[in-house]
Amino acid sequence: MSNEGVIYRISGPVVTATGMNAAMYDVVRVGHEGLMGEVIELHGEKAVIQVYEDTSGIRPGEPVLNTEETLSVSLGPGLLTQIYDGIQRPLATLEEVMGVFITRGVDADAFDLEKKWTFEPQASKGDEVTGGNVIGHVQETETIVHKIMVPPGKSGTIKDIKSGDFNVTETVCTLEDGTELQMMQKWPVRTPRPFTQKYAPDTPLVTGMRILDFLFPLAKGGAAGIPGPFGSGKTVTQQSLAKYSDAQLVVYIGCGERGNEMTEVLDEFPHLIDPNTGKPLMNRTVMIANTSNMPVAAREASVYTGITIAEYFRDMGYDVALMADSTSRWAEAMREISSRLEEMPGEEGYPAYLSSRIAEFYERAGRVETLSGEDGSVTVIGAVSPPGGDISEPVSQGTLRIVKVFWGLDAGLARQRHFPAINWLNSYSLYPQSLDQWFRDNIAQDFPEIRTQISGLLQTESELQEIVQLVGSDALPVDQQLTLEVARMIREYFLQQNGFHDVDAYCDIHLQYQMAKAILTFQDAAKTAMASGAQLNDVVNVPARSDLIRGRFEKGYINDIEGMVKKMTNEIADTVETN
Amino acid sequence: MTGKEYRTITDVKGPLVFLNKTEPVAFGEIVTLRLANGDIKNGQVLDTSDDLVIVQVFEGTAKINRETGVTFMGDVFKLPVSTDLIGRILDGAGRPRDGGPEIVAEEKADIIGAAINPYSRQSPHDFIQTGISAIDCCTTLVRGQKLPIFSASGLPHNDIALQIARQAKLQDSDEEFIVVFCAMGITAEEYNFFRSDLERTGALENAVLFVNLADDPAVERIITPRLALTAAEYLAFEKDYHVLVIYTDMTNYCDALRQIGAAREEVPGRRGYPGYMYTDLAMLYERAGIVKGKKGSITQFPILTMPGDDITHPIPDLSGYITEGQIVISRELHQQGIYPPINVLPSLSRLMGSCIGEKTTREDHKSVSDQMYAAYAQGRELRGLVAIVGEDALNERDKQLLDFSGIFEDKFLRQSRDEDRSINETLDLCWNLMANIDTKYLVRLDQKWIEKYHPENRA
Ligand SMILES: Nc1ncnc2c1ncn2[C@@H]1O[C@H](COP(=O)(O)OP(=O)(O)OP(=O)(O)O)[C@@H](O)[C@H]1O
Ligand SMILES: [Mg+2]
Repeated sequence: MSNEGVIYRISGPVVTATGMNAAMYDVVRVGHEGLMGEVIELHGEKAVIQVYEDTSGIRPGEPVLNTEETLSVSLGPGLLTQIYDGIQRPLATLEEVMGVFITRGVDADAFDLEKKWTFEPQASKGDEVTGGNVIGHVQETETIVHKIMVPPGKSGTIKDIKSGDFNVTETVCTLEDGTELQMMQKWPVRTPRPFTQKYAPDTPLVTGMRILDFLFPLAKGGAAGIPGPFGSGKTVTQQSLAKYSDAQLVVYIGCGERGNEMTEVLDEFPHLIDPNTGKPLMNRTVMIANTSNMPVAAREASVYTGITIAEYFRDMGYDVALMADSTSRWAEAMREISSRLEEMPGEEGYPAYLSSRIAEFYERAGRVETLSGEDGSVTVIGAVSPPGGDISEPVSQGTLRIVKVFWGLDAGLARQRHFPAINWLNSYSLYPQSLDQWFRDNIAQDFPEIRTQISGLLQTESELQEIVQLVGSDALPVDQQLTLEVARMIREYFLQQNGFHDVDAYCDIHLQYQMAKAILTFQDAAKTAMASGAQLNDVVNVPARSDLIRGRFEKGYINDIEGMVKKMTNEIADTVETN
Repeated sequence: MTGKEYRTITDVKGPLVFLNKTEPVAFGEIVTLRLANGDIKNGQVLDTSDDLVIVQVFEGTAKINRETGVTFMGDVFKLPVSTDLIGRILDGAGRPRDGGPEIVAEEKADIIGAAINPYSRQSPHDFIQTGISAIDCCTTLVRGQKLPIFSASGLPHNDIALQIARQAKLQDSDEEFIVVFCAMGITAEEYNFFRSDLERTGALENAVLFVNLADDPAVERIITPRLALTAAEYLAFEKDYHVLVIYTDMTNYCDALRQIGAAREEVPGRRGYPGYMYTDLAMLYERAGIVKGKKGSITQFPILTMPGDDITHPIPDLSGYITEGQIVISRELHQQGIYPPINVLPSLSRLMGSCIGEKTTREDHKSVSDQMYAAYAQGRELRGLVAIVGEDALNERDKQLLDFSGIFEDKFLRQSRDEDRSINETLDLCWNLMANIDTKYLVRLDQKWIEKYHPENRA
């Protein structure tokens, strides 16, 4: 058998070839136009291929060429600020070649192979190096130093290392055994990149979203799922995380979702300033856009392309956050391919291996000791789009079994325009235990206790609401009426956060703590005043309280809040005298 | 090229024909089938191999037998396009239905359509005034948006779609939309309603109609919207027109998809619809938008009827996951005699934020829209409470909000079928209605807008 076969059958994105010497996951070129595909199943002499481009017009008998490489991504300087399709073709290059519509049969380098980067060696002649060791630095963007590493699996003594301007395919380092190293390396997307060991996470990914950081924190190196029906805020939440979270790098995967949403990110990010570095957000971002109308096989590959890029930056010792919107579309791509393969379906037509694929994907998150002994992490946040919003379906369930953070979006809250529409009663994070020390050391000694009080109040509110539904709130004793007011303040002042507001969209974690404290201070002041005869209505309506609440939309709130709280406390105390 | 005629049909099942021993046939290739009586049917290749070819027949498989001759036409489905399309009525497979001549092709366009490169899109931001207050104020339509109408049988979604088609305009501009209308499985009566309305207003001259009616072949519905969108893309991106695509009823389209899936014995997804329906719908809905370097645009108004009024049914559900919001028609409001019976609460325009405000609509638009929505939502909720505890149990604020919900429906939502309110009129109307509520309860209104627009301060 040779390396070239012929097409036997075409069924949508799945093509069967015969007469070819193929191994699993070989990348092949299909038909006269050379469409890119990947071998996903072997049956005797037949190789089943998923094709990453539209197959209409292709005929049996056309040639199939085996490249004998596995599906890989190119890794090196030039990745940042790019927007790729699911198989790492830069969309800007595709536009140059094809125009505004994506046609097919075009190959494109992942980044400019000719561009010269300034390589600053970080190792010297005679140094022993192994896979993962950093041999040089390239200042790729204003904020990110791209560390050039020895590819995993290679090692030796440096015979020669250069300094100066090179493109990514020129040799910058030679080992004694003659191995030549360039700034670009390749890695097969379906294989996790190696590391020395995994650590338990102990640092939160600070997001600037109050409900997330305060009530349901995610750890750097952790994994979170955001399920929710359409229009409940998955994309807005993911985009907020991409904008404001304190990861050093962000990989954003638009997997089977809207084209306009990617355009929005492209329009916005170059102008948005990263609150953590003060530099444009685009500098730390890599985007993958395989929208809903682009080929499903490439959609299936897109999450692997994304996570491999994330791992590569992790290996440099960075904290990377990856957002996948939406993993349900990825699962549906698997389902479509699987049904074309006529595999025995599992639940709801999904392949039986669905939950293991989901688990394998999220397992690629983690905080690790890299091969060169540094600390790096990949945090994964996956959106889930359950049919009808019902999370009893296989993708949601498969996700919830593996992630430790569940941010449940709620259609009812979205309809009330309570954003982010994350349901505080059924969402959870299993990380607080491991993160509390960090919060105590870095934010406030009593941070965990304050959190407990806030969530306790919300819990109590939901119990009281059941009674209110029956008898109306006026029938409750005043102390319980106060509890309802306090809980309302938590919801409207603290949990609600407008993702589109210049100031409110991002809330410093120290400020979050102060806002939570302000609510508890209000509660205490109100209790004291009411014990001395003040009326609930007067207490709630002191002007300084509205000022405090409205203040969060103003710049400089973090400096003013303390004074506002004092003023509120005084005014509340005064309500006693007026009676 | 047209190849030879084969008589090798082995199986016929539902809309599918299976045949063997052919030359290499292309995936997606167009097929003609000649029956014993000379009738011609058309189809398309769904699966092809050296041994077996599966053809989906658009006109149904009645009368097809082993004697039927099958010819492969050597190409995928293409629509002849030119500006001659404007003013024409075609059938669901793209043939003239108005007695006029064949379309003289300036070019032939593949109806599957290539995906717009996300990098090449431009974010929509131009406000379209529909003249319908509920839409303009609360779920503002943007040029290049895909905004479906979620309706149900027996509701006046067609009137609303037509009213939008008649009244839609960019503010301060006479630029007209070209309407591409695509009927899928609707009744002749509904179709005549659309056609005569377009005729009456002269819009027909600026429209292209693709018509597959209830008694036309069901499988043909799979291609009808693709033809319509291909025409729309040509007019928008080759000829600089702003195109408004109205297609109805997506539910019939999805049912045709289900029928094909069942005939192929595919493992069905929810309620028997194919697992790939999300992707299939996305291939239609995503053909909306604006692209860099092109003057035209495609705005989509798909209409779908929710089976059992159920918004979690796969058809509205998957649509909602793809489109940029939805306009929900309410049976309850309709039964109260309110037209247009738009329930603004579950309705949403996700692109609204990009097109309202000082430079486009009016500075107070967002504030007004938020307040109208919030007050109505609270008022509606109170109706439930009142049913249990009685109106006397309400405090002053709640009483006002409860009353407001009625006023909202009667004065804000309700308008006549030919009433075209400008955005200024709509927003002024909102202020007049909100004046029924004490200003102190209107917490979402900025003080500066209250000073400027509240009727008390304008008198
Ligand atoms: N944090 C927020 N602040 C303000 N508005 C929000 C917020 N989150 C969501 N919204 C509103 O809800 C709308 C829908 O949100 P989003 O697009 O994120 O939903 P989604 O869950 O991704 O839906 P789909 O599954 O259809 O993609 C937004 O257009 C916006 O109007
Ligand atoms: Mg989304």
